[in-house]
Amino acid sequence: MGGHGIRIEGLRKRYGEGDTAVDALKEVNMTVAPGEVVGLIGPSGSGKSTLLKCLGAVIEPTAGHMTLGDQVIYDDGWKIRDLRALRRDRIGFVFQAPYLIPFLDVTDNIALLPMLANRPNKEARDRARELLDALDVGHRAGAMPSQLSGGEQQRVAIARALANRPPVVLADEPTAPLDSERALAVIRILNRMARQYDTAVIVVTHDEKIIPTFKRIYHIRDGRTHEEAGEGRKV
Amino acid sequence: MISLAGRDILHSWGKFVFTGVGLGLLIGATLTMAGVYRGMVDDARVLLDSSGADLWVVQKDTLGPYAEPSSVRDDVYRAILGMPGVSRAANVTYLTMQVRQGEKDVRVMVVGFEPDAPGAPGHLIAGRRITRSHHEAVVDEKTGFRLGERIRIRRQEYTVVGLTRRMVSSGGDPMIFIPLRDAQEAQFLKDNEAIANERERTAANPALNRPGVPGLLEAIQASQTSSRSVNAVLVRVEAGQDAEAVAAPIRRWKHLEAYTRAQMEEILVAKLIATSARQISMFLVILAVVSAAIVAFIIYTMTLGKIREIAVLKLIGTRSRTIAGMILQQALGLGLIGFVVGKISSALWAPFFPKHVLLLPADAVRSLAALMVICAVASILAIRAALRVDPATAVGG
Repeated sequence: MGGHGIRIEGLRKRYGEGDTAVDALKEVNMTVAPGEVVGLIGPSGSGKSTLLKCLGAVIEPTAGHMTLGDQVIYDDGWKIRDLRALRRDRIGFVFQAPYLIPFLDVTDNIALLPMLANRPNKEARDRARELLDALDVGHRAGAMPSQLSGGEQQRVAIARALANRPPVVLADEPTAPLDSERALAVIRILNRMARQYDTAVIVVTHDEKIIPTFKRIYHIRDGRTHEEAGEGRKV
Repeated sequence: MISLAGRDILHSWGKFVFTGVGLGLLIGATLTMAGVYRGMVDDARVLLDSSGADLWVVQKDTLGPYAEPSSVRDDVYRAILGMPGVSRAANVTYLTMQVRQGEKDVRVMVVGFEPDAPGAPGHLIAGRRITRSHHEAVVDEKTGFRLGERIRIRRQEYTVVGLTRRMVSSGGDPMIFIPLRDAQEAQFLKDNEAIANERERTAANPALNRPGVPGLLEAIQASQTSSRSVNAVLVRVEAGQDAEAVAAPIRRWKHLEAYTRAQMEEILVAKLIATSARQISMFLVILAVVSAAIVAFIIYTMTLGKIREIAVLKLIGTRSRTIAGMILQQALGLGLIGFVVGKISSALWAPFFPKHVLLLPADAVRSLAALMVICAVASILAIRAALRVDPATAVGG
């Protein structure tokens, strides 16, 4: 992948029409390079979730421009017909709770994504094991999600997000339910994975514990983003 | 590709198995209801087969002897024997009554027959045929009587000398075969008090007790107490003869009703048990609706319990048809568990039913097909709910 992991210019999102219209995103500009982890922070109602949904191709922006890798995916309208395949192959998701599929074991939770992309079962499971090893949970490959600790579940969720080698991972408050030590461990893993797999990672967070770890932070307020340098504290 | 439905069933197998068992018992009841109907039809056919008759000659304008009361004179058979194409003709009587068996009453059909003639009991599973003219009986094993036991029928006692199997009336009541003359008495002869009362009434009637006509009163009284009626004459036609062709002149010249085997089967199946069949059909429809409601409710509830997982699956790119397929397969899986449980349970409890329950493999196959359709239809609600899940609900607030 060349160029930017993800580049967003002038992104806007309006809900409703006429007098009842609400501009959730007014002017969002953002660039995240491959291998970089940036923070996206802002108060409640600032537009974080709306932005995440636009980036995740689950709702359509009203206007603007989005590029994923070298591919323009949105330019005042979707440039990709199959958004489902876009989400599956090119965007990884990490949620506040791990939301692992409870009836699949750890390996298959991860391998499901490559399988959905019609990869052979063996290749999918090999990829899952490689990620589990990389995230130090290889020994739990055959366990069911309910048998894992919260930290292990979140690592498996990160592995699932990376299963199809997406250029961008969107992490929605991934450390919210974790204590300081585990929260920092998750950020450490995200940084390592971003570098290892050349993935751009956007972490939406309120978590004061992890905000100092970002080198770059995007603040979002009233639907507008402002970039600032972060402390970039080592974790 | 992973079978999501299979994995989910394995993961929550307890829920599936217990629900499947509950559904299976309902399906078992459905299969049994169908078996009860089949048993009734089979009983009717066995009744006709065991009689060994090609024609049933009964009272004119009746559907006798099984569906309606029929009474014909017991000398009619001689006239029928003289009709072209008739090989054998024999009188029979049928009387449904309660008999005492040990400490309980048993509902039976008492059959009066002539030895080695149409209407005689078929294969014996124990004992011997009736060899005496009176007071011996051959009984179906379902009556509960054993060889050598005595049965009281009206005023007489009979010794059980033979046992048969599957000799039942169209209503499923086991048969007791006794000699024709005894059966005529049992059916038509009044008790002593009634006879004495009837004699007094006749003697008091000046029209029947004329002083100038000696012997008239005695003749009338004798005719009142004699039993000269039977319910039907069973006819066997000569080899190669068309039963309908033999029946036509009997109807025309003897002023009697004559039914062929096909017509009698039509009476028994289409008329006599038609109401029961409709009743059972209603039960089957209700059970099918209840089964569908249970499957729909369970699958819908289980789907609602997985809304977040479904949202995540959709978000990460799972096709809608994969999710719909998962729910459909679970519904079908539930139906399959239910069918297996239902088939086993119906086979286990069918022998304990008081009436013959005939479980046909073809009915089981039809039930399975119907169940799969019901489960597929029942999953629609859950599939709709799953397809409406917005993948955006997995992201953010």
